[in-house]
Amino acid sequence: MLDDRYDLEFRLWPYGHVPDQDTTARHPVVIVGAGPVGLALALDLSLRGTPALVLDDSEGAGMGSKAICFSKRTLDIATRLGAGAPMVEKGVVWQVGRVFHRDAQVFEFDLQPDPGHRNPAFINLQQPYFERDLFEAIQRAQAEGAPIEIRGRNRVTAVDPGADGVRVEIDTPDGPYALEADWLVACDGARSPTRTMLGLGFEGRVFEDNFLIADVRMTADFPTERWFWFQPPFDGAGDSALLHKQPDDIWRIDFQLGWEIERSRELEPDRIRARVDAMLSSQTGTVPDYELVWTSIYTFQCRRMERFRHGRVLFAGDSAHQVSPFGARGANSGVQDADNLAWKLDLVLRGHASDALIDSYASEREEAADENILNSSRATDFMTPKTEISRMFRDAVLDLAGRHAFARPMVNSGRLSTPCTYRQAGEDALGGPPETRPGAACVDAPVGEGFLLERLPRGFTLLAIGGDAPPPAARGDIAVDRLHLPAPTAELAARYLGDSPSAVYLIRPDLHIAARWPDFDARAVDRALAQALGERPCL
Amino acid sequence: MPLILDPNLPDPDGFYQELLAAHEGLTKSESDALNARLILILANQIGDRAVLTEALRAAR
Repeated sequence: MLDDRYDLEFRLWPYGHVPDQDTTARHPVVIVGAGPVGLALALDLSLRGTPALVLDDSEGAGMGSKAICFSKRTLDIATRLGAGAPMVEKGVVWQVGRVFHRDAQVFEFDLQPDPGHRNPAFINLQQPYFERDLFEAIQRAQAEGAPIEIRGRNRVTAVDPGADGVRVEIDTPDGPYALEADWLVACDGARSPTRTMLGLGFEGRVFEDNFLIADVRMTADFPTERWFWFQPPFDGAGDSALLHKQPDDIWRIDFQLGWEIERSRELEPDRIRARVDAMLSSQTGTVPDYELVWTSIYTFQCRRMERFRHGRVLFAGDSAHQVSPFGARGANSGVQDADNLAWKLDLVLRGHASDALIDSYASEREEAADENILNSSRATDFMTPKTEISRMFRDAVLDLAGRHAFARPMVNSGRLSTPCTYRQAGEDALGGPPETRPGAACVDAPVGEGFLLERLPRGFTLLAIGGDAPPPAARGDIAVDRLHLPAPTAELAARYLGDSPSAVYLIRPDLHIAARWPDFDARAVDRALAQALGERPCL
Repeated sequence: MPLILDPNLPDPDGFYQELLAAHEGLTKSESDALNARLILILANQIGDRAVLTEALRAAR
């Protein structure tokens, strides 16, 4: 019998016996783990018409808020997958953050000062809601015939990689069975059993600090902003503290406790309440009624697998890379892994692109992981100085930041997740605005009554702004869709044209920009398509 | 030229990391000495007596 690893918030995919269990079936893509990454990948694949089978050892979304902060890029992806609207509706939209040192504010930021984006810069939403919204989008897609299946209480017990596929052994309440996969994607979390079964390393830095999470339910009229304290002025808060609002009148409170602590003692409700009382009374003068909803102590590491691809086994999300929570770079980067991989697996399985395209998944997302680890490590080094001299510089920055603007950009309480701009990208013959240079994720802008991102189709797109409509383009079996916007809005022009009267962009299916030119050039488009498809240049 | 007290440094996070890395493995007195040398090098680079006087005042 399979035991539960954790309690459920929502039971979504209960176990049921399937005919596969009595045979050894072969599937194009088997995904291990139905967290945010596995669900997004499965949904994306199936909307492209490639069947996705998800194996999950539980039966739904696990209890606990966990990841709470979802970035605009993640919401743009979720919107493309048909799951974004309920997330934004339920989520707490925020864009202002304040940083305090002791009892004085030293810094304030606004994440989305420019108008004209469909989705907000960030929402706070408990992870189980995010997973449920993805699952409900999966159910709607299934109803329309999308080939996607989630099997609950299916625990992978062995992974045997071969040259052109992977054999998987699975335990269920009805006993074990086996199946074969053309591709196996491990989305099974930071402690990835798949990674362990394959004996693959996961090296990086351990940060010697403990953080206490207390999610409390209360009605309080703090603004919906991210408040962060260095050396908080309230008792028992440790070296730093964070206050952030979630839906359902729940507030995330985070205290940095240090390294030498007695874990079980710090999790005693009375002790947690004393800390929370001190924080709340310092802000309001009184302690409002509140309920402790979820508490947890975590330590963290910044690390990644050396390679995300091992033949036909791929790693995505926390199984491949892990960062500190400061900056919201965990779940957000995992969803972007899925976004990068889905269209590539789809094209390779259809025989429209070569196997080398999957190598570009690994190299691009390894690059993104390095960027996230770099930002996360820097934030952590600032927040938890390891030496006397680093503490001295940190305190000097905080001290100066209160008085002088120049020191504020050095204050680092987490650099919030932004999509990686890939280094290996096509040509930039336009030389337009840097935010939309090749390699970058498309920036949204108003178009007519709606927004650019919702107008972009699911495949490769030639986006022509101003100028003439581009002629049809294709490479091999891959047809390129066209979108012509002859009269751009001011925002679209500022973000995509710069000083040029016209522009042509080649946009990948994951809405990253492959290349751009001032005008249509058939040979240049073909070259950029070849590069985006991972084809090696002919010398 | 007056002392610049608005943000003027590209890649502040990268600079901060490099600054701390320069101190790695040093004792406290070695770190203090490094800081002293660094201040003198930067002062020479600035090369403006009035600005340095203002900077000293801002730092105190």
